[in-house]
Amino acid sequence: MDSRTKIVVKDLNAWFGSKHAVKDISLDILENSVTAVIGPSGCGKSTFIRCINRMHETIAGAKMSGSIKMDNEEITRSELDPVTIRHQIGMVFQKPTPFPTMSIYENAVAGLRLNGVKNKSVLDEIAETTLRHAALWEEVKDILQNPGVSLSGGQQQRLCIARALAVKPEVLLLDEPCSALDPSSTAKIEELITELKKELTIVIVTHNMQQAARVSDYTGFFMMGELIEYDLATTIFTQPAKKMTEEYITGRFG
Amino acid sequence: MLKQKMANNMLKRKIADKVFILVLRIFTFLAVLPLVCVLSYIIFKGYSSLSWSIFTNLPAPVGETGGGMGNAIVGTLIIVALGTLLSCPIGVFAGLWLAMYGKGKRGFLIRYCADVLSGVPTVVLGMVVYILFVLPTQRLSAMAGGVALAVVMIPSITRTTEEMVKMVPRSLTESALALGIPQYRVSWSIVLRSAWNGIFSGLILAIARALGETAPLLFTSFSNLYWNFSLNDPMASMTVQIYSYAISPYEDWQKMAWAGALLLVASILLVTVLVKRFSKRVIYG
Repeated sequence: MDSRTKIVVKDLNAWFGSKHAVKDISLDILENSVTAVIGPSGCGKSTFIRCINRMHETIAGAKMSGSIKMDNEEITRSELDPVTIRHQIGMVFQKPTPFPTMSIYENAVAGLRLNGVKNKSVLDEIAETTLRHAALWEEVKDILQNPGVSLSGGQQQRLCIARALAVKPEVLLLDEPCSALDPSSTAKIEELITELKKELTIVIVTHNMQQAARVSDYTGFFMMGELIEYDLATTIFTQPAKKMTEEYITGRFG
Repeated sequence: MLKQKMANNMLKRKIADKVFILVLRIFTFLAVLPLVCVLSYIIFKGYSSLSWSIFTNLPAPVGETGGGMGNAIVGTLIIVALGTLLSCPIGVFAGLWLAMYGKGKRGFLIRYCADVLSGVPTVVLGMVVYILFVLPTQRLSAMAGGVALAVVMIPSITRTTEEMVKMVPRSLTESALALGIPQYRVSWSIVLRSAWNGIFSGLILAIARALGETAPLLFTSFSNLYWNFSLNDPMASMTVQIYSYAISPYEDWQKMAWAGALLLVASILLVTVLVKRFSKRVIYG
């Protein structure tokens, strides 16, 4: 792949109170690729990606240090408003979280409307493109005014992806996006991920190794807050350099 | 031997079971009995004195027929509306603050104050408003009544708002923040909007309670025998009117008190039932 580097993480550390959750992580994330972060529960993988869009600091008692650069710009600077970073780095969470008081349409454009975009025709257009983007348009185009929570779990999750895409981020962080979904919804979302990487950079946290093997170009294995191994996904899953990685991906622990 | 003993125990248990359920039934019946008695007695006593003139006429002097409490009904509506206007923003914003930033000592203190305030007898609240508001302004007034009712309503609105906002899952707030929506917009358009149905029910229940308050109004809005729409003057209210009629020695007035009581209880009941019927729970995710 002739990709250039999108995000450079250097010596990243993160804490919750006195708990040291992420330890000295350094890695490069390439543009238009899918990078998977795998590892056992509590290994710091979610915390790691939550540092990238500055969501980590919204938790009381959370701290971080080190450097994260996107397109050579330091994004951990405290004088930089996290709100602007989150416009560029979107995130979708484990549980689908459509806003309960909003319709499908309102959910899709929530990020724009709540940032002051009022022009109806602009919103209509973005709602359609973003829902098409998230492979949901055909299923919801006739029921746009129904509540977002009336959709099935898999559809809700694609609605959340649409909602994140509507603000036109350059990077999309997915925090175990399929762990609450059934296999066929999972397959749809994986297909979508492969489609989306043509336009943006994706980082996905998953504890499903088959999923990581299926969707990712690069894979990082985390353990107790440390990055054990980071390489091409094919390398990690066929001939990992570290014994611990091999033991984990062959299912001996975790 | 052992089997025999267990069989005996079984019989004992079955009897104990029956007795226990019977006791529960009796006490449950005793719990609803007062409400049934109050309602049926008020309907029995008040129904015969109900007429349209109650809604339209002013109180009549002793011996004259055809009196009403139109001014008191309007007065109650005005004073309760004032109380709601004053307490709603204070209670809702205080509750929102408590839910979002009230984890520390300050939050604990404020929550504690709200709980103590809701436990203070309302007659005491009326006296305090008398000293802090009526004495400085040198007049009993509808405004003072509204302030007193607001003081009664604030703690319950605050705590309901807090509880409802706390029920909004953290994941929802996070998703909104992750979209790059500023914190104030998230609090206002996502958190408060999601919790609003519950807050609204709490607000209506606080209003229903304020409708029935007498003590805070005795020293504040007092009463008035005439129509009054000025907030700076004493204003009649149903509860105070019922109180003064009920303790009077005249039969006409006592009848009027019963009719007023029926109206008041019926409207409180109606409000409560409507809230239960129409408040929809928001489903999260």
